[in-house]
Amino acid sequence: MMDNPSLFRYRVRFSKTEAMRFTGNLDLYRTWERTLRRANVPLAYSLGFSPHPKINLGAALALGCSSEAELAEIWLEEDLTPPDLRSSLEKASPPGIRVTAVERIATTEPALQTLIRSAEYEVRLHAEEMPDDLTARVGALLGAPILTRERRGKAYDLRPLIEALEIVADDPGEGCLRMRLAAREGATGRPQEVLLALGIDPSRAHIHRVRLVLGSSV
Amino acid sequence: MALSPEEIQRRLERLLPTVQKPGRYTGGELNQVVKNWDETPLRVLLAFPDIYDLGMSNLGLAILYDGLNRQPDMLAERAYSPWPDMEAAMRAAGLPLYSLETKHPAADFDILGISLPYESLYTNALNLLDLAGIPLLSRDRGESQPLILAGGHAAFNPEPMADFVDAFAIGEGEELILDVARCVRDWKESGHARPHLLRSLAKIWGVYVPSLYRVGYRKDGTVAEIEALAPEAALPVTKRIVPELPPPPTRFIVPYIDVTHNRVPMEITRGCTRGCRFCQAGMITRPVRERPVGEVIDALEEALACTGYEEVAFLSLSSSDYSHILELVREVSRRFAGRHLNLSLPSLRIDSFSVELMDLLQGEARRGGFTLAPEAATERMRQLINKPVSTEQVLSTAREIYAHGWHTLKLYFMIGHPSERLEDVQAIADLSKAVLAVGQKVIGKRAKVHAGVSTFVPKPHTPFQWVPCDTTDQIEAKQSLLKRQLRGPGFKLSWTDPKETMLEAWLSRGDRRLGAVILEAWQRGAKFDAWQEHFRFDVWQEAFTAASLEPSFYTHRERPIDEMLPWDHIQAGVRKAFLSEDYLWSLEGRTRLDCRERCYACGILPRFASLRRAHPGEVWQCPEVRSPARQASESMSLTVRG
Repeated sequence: MMDNPSLFRYRVRFSKTEAMRFTGNLDLYRTWERTLRRANVPLAYSLGFSPHPKINLGAALALGCSSEAELAEIWLEEDLTPPDLRSSLEKASPPGIRVTAVERIATTEPALQTLIRSAEYEVRLHAEEMPDDLTARVGALLGAPILTRERRGKAYDLRPLIEALEIVADDPGEGCLRMRLAAREGATGRPQEVLLALGIDPSRAHIHRVRLVLGSSV
Repeated sequence: MALSPEEIQRRLERLLPTVQKPGRYTGGELNQVVKNWDETPLRVLLAFPDIYDLGMSNLGLAILYDGLNRQPDMLAERAYSPWPDMEAAMRAAGLPLYSLETKHPAADFDILGISLPYESLYTNALNLLDLAGIPLLSRDRGESQPLILAGGHAAFNPEPMADFVDAFAIGEGEELILDVARCVRDWKESGHARPHLLRSLAKIWGVYVPSLYRVGYRKDGTVAEIEALAPEAALPVTKRIVPELPPPPTRFIVPYIDVTHNRVPMEITRGCTRGCRFCQAGMITRPVRERPVGEVIDALEEALACTGYEEVAFLSLSSSDYSHILELVREVSRRFAGRHLNLSLPSLRIDSFSVELMDLLQGEARRGGFTLAPEAATERMRQLINKPVSTEQVLSTAREIYAHGWHTLKLYFMIGHPSERLEDVQAIADLSKAVLAVGQKVIGKRAKVHAGVSTFVPKPHTPFQWVPCDTTDQIEAKQSLLKRQLRGPGFKLSWTDPKETMLEAWLSRGDRRLGAVILEAWQRGAKFDAWQEHFRFDVWQEAFTAASLEPSFYTHRERPIDEMLPWDHIQAGVRKAFLSEDYLWSLEGRTRLDCRERCYACGILPRFASLRRAHPGEVWQCPEVRSPARQASESMSLTVRG
């Protein structure tokens, strides 16, 4: 994206819950455009034949997952203070989106997508879905030198994408896994794939993203 | 035992991750209305018998949803047909059809209102009832089941669906839906039996209760008589209209996912004064009523603020004929300049004024194509269908469109008009080629022509209601001529599957006996008939055989002018004598101009004389005419009877 020095760049952190879990990345982009339009915020548009709003979304979240740590960057034509922008966005957000932080970003910073390194997830499972030998399965998975899996007809190695995986002290009747997966461009670990590798049906799990780790904060 | 909303929600949570586009099934979208279930005495479920993506783009349901939810003692929620993957999952999980807002089972509502804008939704409507656990046949329903109400343009021939629907809403729903809801509310309090409710409903202007009528047939299968079985049952049933268009809805629900139309729909006019003889909408939505520019602009501002949509469609049957079109377009471009708003103006007349309007409206942005609908390509056919434009006019307008920066010109044609010959179809190919040649002369190889060729079905309540349809062989011959000729660089051709046209024709021209065919077809697996990948022509043929009915009786038979038609007891306001006269005029090649200029006495004015008297002036676009005394007797009382 060409940087226009007269524009103002903001990073918005937001949660994505409820039915918004089923809004895919492309539709989420539309959701943000409409939210900004409802907020009556001076959103910047690209130039050219068919102008599109200058909105960037961080690492895409798989359909069905919830999150408390999504990131979007938006470009405005006017200089708003982050608290003002935040309050405008809060009023205009649709059900399932809650803005939790707004900060101003230098327009010269690299693109959001290139900053994101990894993503942390919490996976909750009903007790009946919890394999009895989960600890052993997790150990075996982490011990494996390579984990060949197939996605869209192409084989890849899942193992290097798993940076951390542990069983968290579970509530009675519910199990919880925590994992940190690579989320770099071209190297993205998907929590569903990890669950499948553990022999767990991902459609039975509630996957929640808790953090996106940016390059500068590692 | 009906499932509780909590249980439905719980089961749903498990299904959603396993189906395509789960965002169709969650509800909870921005601007949905959730009212207190226990404290609201009258509950309506508005259902569209196709998927969410289409249903959410339906303006009629949005109007009813808004109107009902404004009433303190009523609530309206929504339901749509689940796509087959979701339907299978729902049936496996024992999940009934439920409302998106509060997840109540459909059967818990007082009224299930089904939108029937076109006929290919009929099996889906049955499927919805089945998913809801509601008996399919009206006569099998008792006091505990919701009232099944259906409305929409297809309801102007309600007979094929008469076995399944308790009451039809004929005509405009804004006021009618509230009358029906009040009637059901009072009946609930009264504790009377269901037949009592049906008779009370029949007293409401525009409501048709099919079980209160008996249809007799002749040996040859034609209708002999239509008899009212109760004093409350009007004969004929006159369509409902609103004298003035009420303020448009503005709080449109914004889906979580991309749907068919992601935009604000804004109706600027209802009705049409052009009188194209094939056009059912143009006949059944008379008289023409317009919204003031100020109201449209204010509503648009409000709708954009509520939804954040980046697109607006001004809806009408003929945008160019809206009296204040230039003023509207000027005001819109002034008020919304620089707001990255896409505006569309459908159904423009074939003249340079339309190009001027689109220029003003879209500024320098050139999106998609420019659409013109000549409908036919020879002067003879255009006179026959009463759409008199000259070929020169089409070409000069096309020249201007290309010169003003559009690269694609969409041309809409229809094949199968009465008395059409292959040379008339050949002319469609010739005209499309001539338009492309004009485009290439102006902008070179970038010029494109997209010819959309649909197939004519003679619709009830039109001057062509007596004529036969082409057979599939005839249609295929015409289509293959076009396919042979309109190929190569610059052309795109689209057409309708002749088998789908047959289904549309049977269902739109059928009588009450088609109920057995629809039921049989659904039982044999027919659903989503409007979707090519699901449409099963063989199933429909089997269903006709099983019901001992001959499909060609409905479609390939020229009906005598004096035949009693299955929909004759439904009065759209236009006199049958006017339709037959107009049909005869078509055979003579006589045309009628815009009826704003001169009244052709279609029957609307005398039919709604008292309404017109109460709303004088420019509310209707009909010219002022003195009603002769004989016409006054045709006028009906427009208060709710009973």
